Amino acid sequence: MTSRSYASEARTYALVLAVLLALTAVTVAVAGVHFGHEVVNVTIALGIASAKASLVALYFMHLRHDKPMNALIFVTGLVFLAVFLILCLIDVETRPVVAPSQTAIAATSVPGRNPA
Amino acid sequence: MSDQAVSSPYLQHHFTEMEQQADASKLGMWLFLVTEILLFGGLFVAYGILSARHHAAFRAAHEHLDLGLGLANTVVLLTSSFTMVMAVLSARHNRRKALIVFLSLTLLLAAVFLGVKYFEYSHKFHEGLLPGKYYSHQGDTVPGQFMFFSFYFMMTGLHGLHILAGMGVLAWILKRAAAGHFSSAYYAPVDLAGLYWHLVDMIWIYLFPLLYLVR
Repeated sequence: MTSRSYASEARTYALVLAVLLALTAVTVAVAGVHFGHEVVNVTIALGIASAKASLVALYFMHLRHDKPMNALIFVTGLVFLAVFLILCLIDVETRPVVAPSQTAIAATSVPGRNPA
Repeated sequence: MSDQAVSSPYLQHHFTEMEQQADASKLGMWLFLVTEILLFGGLFVAYGILSARHHAAFRAAHEHLDLGLGLANTVVLLTSSFTMVMAVLSARHNRRKALIVFLSLTLLLAAVFLGVKYFEYSHKFHEGLLPGKYYSHQGDTVPGQFMFFSFYFMMTGLHGLHILAGMGVLAWILKRAAAGHFSSAYYAPVDLAGLYWHLVDMIWIYLFPLLYLVR
């Protein structure tokens, strides 16, 4: 493997940091914009976060130039996390609605304290 | 292959050469990082579900967080990831002084992060914005905000503990670097500490928008 110079690699890392900071600025700016549905804001925020995480994984964690097995392990972990999330959502979001009065009490009562 | 690769004092008996040892240790670290992803993943999933079910309460609770401090911590942690990867690069290129400088900077930035967190937490304690049954904040128009703060303290607290543990690891690596243990032939411990540190940064990359930005 041809080895790059110290300065050349340092420049790459500095560029990645600059992009990460720029994406942070973008995500803060976009958070203030109202798109009507909050889902849009959440999706955009998580999308930008995933872009930042990818940059950290590929460049700072060297996954781009590493043995593929390390990337495979990492991605497999993410796949199982996705399975976890999706199955939980399918469970929770397809339950029948509980009587409204019970939900209100559950939402405001705390163990050891009476509801407001 | 060089003599050093085969007969380095850091070559353990169950490996035949340094490159094999480095690859194996890195793979082991990646497996550990996956367990960490699932650990925090569990908390994120729980947060997602509760947040969807008690939308108004979570929305209102967000207002109590200081976006500026969260943003500052994000910048601090991203920069610390940069100094960390520069430390690994320096070790790989036999630059001992640069390695020590970058490790020290990473440690310093980590301390700044924890300092900001301490400031945030004490403000919350002062306002009564505490987890679960300890929540005592007055004047809420939307009930149920204690749920958000249960998550806030659990997730940022666990993350903070990881930062603290990372600082311990970095201090140990710094001590070894100062003693001259690392070179281009052997720098795996620096590499592995770096991987852990970047993961902790990655977790904050997701924590920041979910806790501070979605309002």
